[in-house]
Amino acid sequence: MEAVYEKYFRGNLPHIWCPGCGNGIVMSAIARALDKLNYPQDDVLFISGIGCSSRMSGYMDLNTVHTAHGRALAFATGAKVCEPRLHVFVLMGDGDAAAIGGNHFIHACRRNIDMTAIVINNSIYGMTGGQFSPLTPTGKRATTAPYGSIDRAFNLVALAEGAGATYVARGDVFHAVQLTNLIVEAAEHKGFSVVEAVSTCPVSFGRYNDMPEPADMMLWLRDNTVTVQQAAKMSEEELADKIIIGKHYETEAVEYGDEMARLLARAKEAE
Amino acid sequence: MTSNVRLMQGNEACALGAIKAGASFFGGYPITPSTEIAEYIAREFPRLGRYFMQMEDEIASIGAMIGASMVGHKAFTATSGPGFSLMQELIGYAAVAEVPLVIINVMRFGPSTGLPTMPQSGDIMQARWGTHGDHSIIALSPSSVTEAYYATIRAFNLAEQYRTPVILLMDEKIGHLREGFDISNDPEPEIIDRNREHQGAYVPFAAGESGVPPFIPLGQGERYHFTGLTHGENGFYTADPDKVTAVMQRLCGKIEDHVDEIAEIELVDFDDADVTIIAYGAVARSAHDALLALRKKGVKAGMLRLKTIWPFHTAKVRELCAGKRLVAMPEMNMGQLSMIVRGALGNTPFLPINQANGQLIKPHTIEDAILAELAAMGGAR
Amino acid sequence: MKFEARFSGTGGQGIIRCAVLLAEAALYDGYQAAQSQVYGPESRGGSSQGEVVIKDEAIYYPKVTCPDVLLCLSQEAYNKYAADIVPNGILIIDSDFVQPTGLEGASVNVHALPILETAKTRLNNELSANVVALGAIVGLTHIVSDAAVERALANNFKAKALPGNITAYHAGYELASK
Repeated sequence: MEAVYEKYFRGNLPHIWCPGCGNGIVMSAIARALDKLNYPQDDVLFISGIGCSSRMSGYMDLNTVHTAHGRALAFATGAKVCEPRLHVFVLMGDGDAAAIGGNHFIHACRRNIDMTAIVINNSIYGMTGGQFSPLTPTGKRATTAPYGSIDRAFNLVALAEGAGATYVARGDVFHAVQLTNLIVEAAEHKGFSVVEAVSTCPVSFGRYNDMPEPADMMLWLRDNTVTVQQAAKMSEEELADKIIIGKHYETEAVEYGDEMARLLARAKEAE
Repeated sequence: MTSNVRLMQGNEACALGAIKAGASFFGGYPITPSTEIAEYIAREFPRLGRYFMQMEDEIASIGAMIGASMVGHKAFTATSGPGFSLMQELIGYAAVAEVPLVIINVMRFGPSTGLPTMPQSGDIMQARWGTHGDHSIIALSPSSVTEAYYATIRAFNLAEQYRTPVILLMDEKIGHLREGFDISNDPEPEIIDRNREHQGAYVPFAAGESGVPPFIPLGQGERYHFTGLTHGENGFYTADPDKVTAVMQRLCGKIEDHVDEIAEIELVDFDDADVTIIAYGAVARSAHDALLALRKKGVKAGMLRLKTIWPFHTAKVRELCAGKRLVAMPEMNMGQLSMIVRGALGNTPFLPINQANGQLIKPHTIEDAILAELAAMGGAR
Repeated sequence: MKFEARFSGTGGQGIIRCAVLLAEAALYDGYQAAQSQVYGPESRGGSSQGEVVIKDEAIYYPKVTCPDVLLCLSQEAYNKYAADIVPNGILIIDSDFVQPTGLEGASVNVHALPILETAKTRLNNELSANVVALGAIVGLTHIVSDAAVERALANNFKAKALPGNITAYHAGYELASK
């Protein structure tokens, strides 16, 4: 495993993440996934937004872009359309992807460009100190929801599927091996793939929601995750607070880059 | 019959200029009065094997342009005031990450939705200071359809040469104006591509004397990092005050130190003039007719036309206008660039002529204002 | 030489195209030309105004100040623009749709011509009214040559629509000579 870290990490640590943060687990899952995928590092474009998790682009030895809050998918879209040979991964946080970048997220799903979006969902804006996000479950506390959030949360996998993404999965940082495998599967899928990685933030989420220790959050994930297969046999009440992990959806659809190539050929023919 | 001349619209000339300059990615969102550019590019780019994308909004448009430029493509968009406002955050990103881009802003009347089909040179200051923090910027303003073509090419050249966003501030009146266009006898314009030459190991943000780091596009073997965080030569975050100072000085200096090469000024009937009209964009055309009318009335008027708005060549404007009896500046807004001009002029008498009513300033409005001012100053000399 | 023309009517009548054709023809005849327009937010209906400045030297201010020729294909356009015309200027109005009111004492050459009717009934193509109007303008002013207009028409219409538009142009030209 050491070799994987050495290969894919730049070594410019220490990182900024707190003890108990799940971001490192996602980063190592991505490194392991890249190792399995065996893409040349020079051909991988790794683009992130803004937030704790998005600092990851700085730590990984790839072609990396740390963009602006919410805009990672927009950058990635331009780059991938112009250089289809690059393997593009887009790393975002929950506020990043679903709030400020929500419009880009649904339109990236709709276009079905061949890239992989990984959304680290720690249910909170961590970097700014714990404000609720569109993925904070209703009733959970945050610094801007001291009495519990009254907002309804997005179901990100349903949103992605509804918007047109052609591969949608959810993993979590307690089940790191599964998360790695989902990222591999998402990358190998032709089209726009989304992997939501449910993560831990004991400092800015757990602390306000009775899970102040890193282990508390890990136990929460252990005890509240169910697989897609298990969920199929459960009632709505039983699933109320559960996080359903695994591959949620996969389909084949026209990929934007292929369609662009056909358009260019058609336009040239019409000359 | 003249054979090579065509009737062409300003917006169309921009699109043609972008194609000539080697633009290969357009990311845009429809907005009046710029849409003819997107429509032209949507038609022509696929035939040329280049990429046109209509994005979900202007933020996505500039994001996609930055991504395209990072992997080595010349990227541009066409927009207008409201869309330009939405782009501001990422204009700042492109400035600090030193990503070449061209934004054609066909300026319309504002603020807000304003008068979407009517002109106002309303984005002069937005172009300079629309994004937060300090950086320099390049903005050009064409006065004719033919100049729109060449200014667009120049915008791409400057973007590549200085690794910066460049803004073409085009008045709606030029964007929608149709006039004769014939470049068949013109010399072939120079096309500049970003410099990739470097010595030794590639340090992505290390600049030599030019102040502009060489640009190896992402995905071509040099694995490095772009960020909007303030970064040192290696591309990674730094808060070291000395390094931050050096970055800020270089970002501003790489443009401001080359103001002589970047800022183009055209002088019309200038040397013997004792009244100078400073103008840019569509208003310069009204100013030209006004100076001809003034000369017929015995007033020696001339024009200093700013083809480049930013960087503003303060020293040159001051030097050229020193000793003039009066400097007048008609501007199609409530007074934007005139604030800068006033500062440059020192004690030279200055008459801003502002009109923001959705109409191009008429020549006689300028002429009358100057004659009235001269009368107030003690009559024609 | 300086010639200014303003064409006005309802959106969708091809008013701007009419201005474009005249400007283009002027370029082909070796003049300088500048064409601009004022338009509202609507693509169809509403008022539409196109204008052309033609000179034998450089054109700076590109807009019309006092038109030598004013075309009005709607009453609304007439009411808005009729007062701007130069003394002894040519005012062309559609004889069925425009009432030339308020011209008492003004020295204007009024030509009330059945432009829309000619396009609709004689040519069976309502959309060609703008080209009929162009023919009338050229017929009254001889500002550009027929050859230049025909070249402009060829550049603006697909082969299928071209013969009809050339016919419309000549029909308009004849209206003016009557």
